[in-house]
Amino acid sequence: MAEKVIEAKKKGQRKSSDDYTYVGMVFHRLTRHKLAMVGAFMLILILLFVFVGPLVWRADPNEQIESLEGMFNVPSRAHPLGTDDYGRDVLARMFFGGRISLFIGFISAISSTIVGAMVGLVAGYYGGWADDLLMRFTDAMLSIPTFPLLIALASVMGKGIGQIILVIVIFGWMVDARLVRGLVLSLKEQEYIEAAHAIGASANRIMWRHLFPNTLAVLIVSTTIGIGGAIIYEASISFLGFGVQAPFASWGNMLQNAQQFIWNSPRLIIYPGLAIFMTVLGFNFFGDGLRDAIDPKLKL
Amino acid sequence: MDNREVLVDIKNLRTFFYTEDGVVPAVDGIDLTIHRGEVVGLVGESGCGKSVTALSILRLIPNPPGKIIGGEIFFHGEDLLKKNEEEMRMIRGDKISMIFQEPMTSLNPVYTIGDQISEAITLHQKIDGTEAKKRTIEMLHLVGIPEPERRFSQYPHEMSGGMRQRVMIAMALSSNPDLLISDEATTALDVTIQAQILDLMRGLQKKLGMAILIITHNLAVVAEMAETISIAYAGKIVESASAKETFKSPRHPYTYGLLQSIPKFTEKKTNEPLPAIEGMVPSPYHMPKGCRFNPRCPFATEKCREEEPEIVELTPGHLVRCFHPIES
Repeated sequence: MAEKVIEAKKKGQRKSSDDYTYVGMVFHRLTRHKLAMVGAFMLILILLFVFVGPLVWRADPNEQIESLEGMFNVPSRAHPLGTDDYGRDVLARMFFGGRISLFIGFISAISSTIVGAMVGLVAGYYGGWADDLLMRFTDAMLSIPTFPLLIALASVMGKGIGQIILVIVIFGWMVDARLVRGLVLSLKEQEYIEAAHAIGASANRIMWRHLFPNTLAVLIVSTTIGIGGAIIYEASISFLGFGVQAPFASWGNMLQNAQQFIWNSPRLIIYPGLAIFMTVLGFNFFGDGLRDAIDPKLKL
Repeated sequence: MDNREVLVDIKNLRTFFYTEDGVVPAVDGIDLTIHRGEVVGLVGESGCGKSVTALSILRLIPNPPGKIIGGEIFFHGEDLLKKNEEEMRMIRGDKISMIFQEPMTSLNPVYTIGDQISEAITLHQKIDGTEAKKRTIEMLHLVGIPEPERRFSQYPHEMSGGMRQRVMIAMALSSNPDLLISDEATTALDVTIQAQILDLMRGLQKKLGMAILIITHNLAVVAEMAETISIAYAGKIVESASAKETFKSPRHPYTYGLLQSIPKFTEKKTNEPLPAIEGMVPSPYHMPKGCRFNPRCPFATEKCREEEPEIVELTPGHLVRCFHPIES
């Protein structure tokens, strides 16, 4: 009995930070960050909803009931979240719409981070006119009013998931570029970069092998928060009618669809709206926590 | 006097920095000769151009603001200043290696030390991963790191400063360089570790036979290591001689002052304060006219304030840049 208590006490002992690898330490701090855990919980719920949901509730999201009785049904046993204006099962559309929204969010956030990192690395590493050119271009991109141009771009490039991702990346890489450039400016003065020069490493090698991994911590945080932003972007583009096209659902175009019926069936707006809200908030909370966990100056 | 083959011959090297406040002649006509397998000490105060000389040899002067504006650096008879960037990269880390002052920050925190040494090896030798790993472990063993197999997969933050400097040395020597430049490599370490690292470097030098250029402000370090010593002041070499000669009979007033300012424990206890060189190192923006040391020199005359002395060979192998060298 007594031994068990001692053992339990030993287990409960706080490990010192030396006992962890870097990833282990970040994870440990993350689990102690309340807001991050709330965010993680929300994200897990959303992921379960989107990926496990369809296995539990098997319904075709695009099947229409072509009769007046089938439209705008209130939630019932046959349709847990009711039906929409075409008599389609809203729950099933929420599942599959969520998958598309999350997919677009992930891919476009990661792609814009990669583009931004490339621009920032080159600008920060070479400095001089390359830096001026790239950063002024970044400033120019940031000062463009996004929405009018977005609509114009969308109408030129056509509609579809690929196009949305492209548009989000075109307007999303600038912040990461600035972030990475700033980091590289200070990192390249570090002695280990000088040492890398001294062993005869090429510029490309130094940029990608020595500088880039050192910016990863910051980029992971920025990507996490960026996913939330990209999902909102997707919703806005879809809301304007340029996004994912019917009959395929995304949370954004479900919102867009529902706006005409806001007075008759407000729930059609509430479901996707709430889902987007939860997801973005979840990613922001989690990203915030991740930033705190990665920051070495902060010892929790 | 030295009949060994000349490895490095620096002639009238001038490296200037163009800053917003003016031109800084960090290195203004430095001459330095290193023979094959010779250990040369380059000593001087902060800002006298020692590190800039080292970086100039590797052509790693950040440009802008720095620029090598004149002189020649012969390495194996070829002028390094005439080589292009690609050719220089082949030399860096292969024929000429360098170890830096700060062992804590000279290793990339995101890679294991094994990865980093292997990288230095594979950059210059056509060998595969397993071969490189074998060589890396050999090198770690050579520099006296216990359990090299385990250390191979450790990150820099898991090691102490002395261990990291050993890793840096292993990395620098991994491709059997002809010249190893040690830029204040022991300055950041505490004294016991310093002694270990110096011992290690001396041992490896005997074993591998590379030439070493030791850059330091610490006279004790060169006293222990170097065969020849060059003393730099304000971007110029003021005295160059064998280590023995430098310590026994310094001829330049600056060298003399430096040696005087070392506390001696063998002498009888006196209440005299430790002698120091009066004044400060001149601002690089306003170099004094004439001999650069004249405002601080107790022997300075009118001539010193007007003309700049040339470096002359007083006795064989003993060069001094002074109008009034101290009698030996």
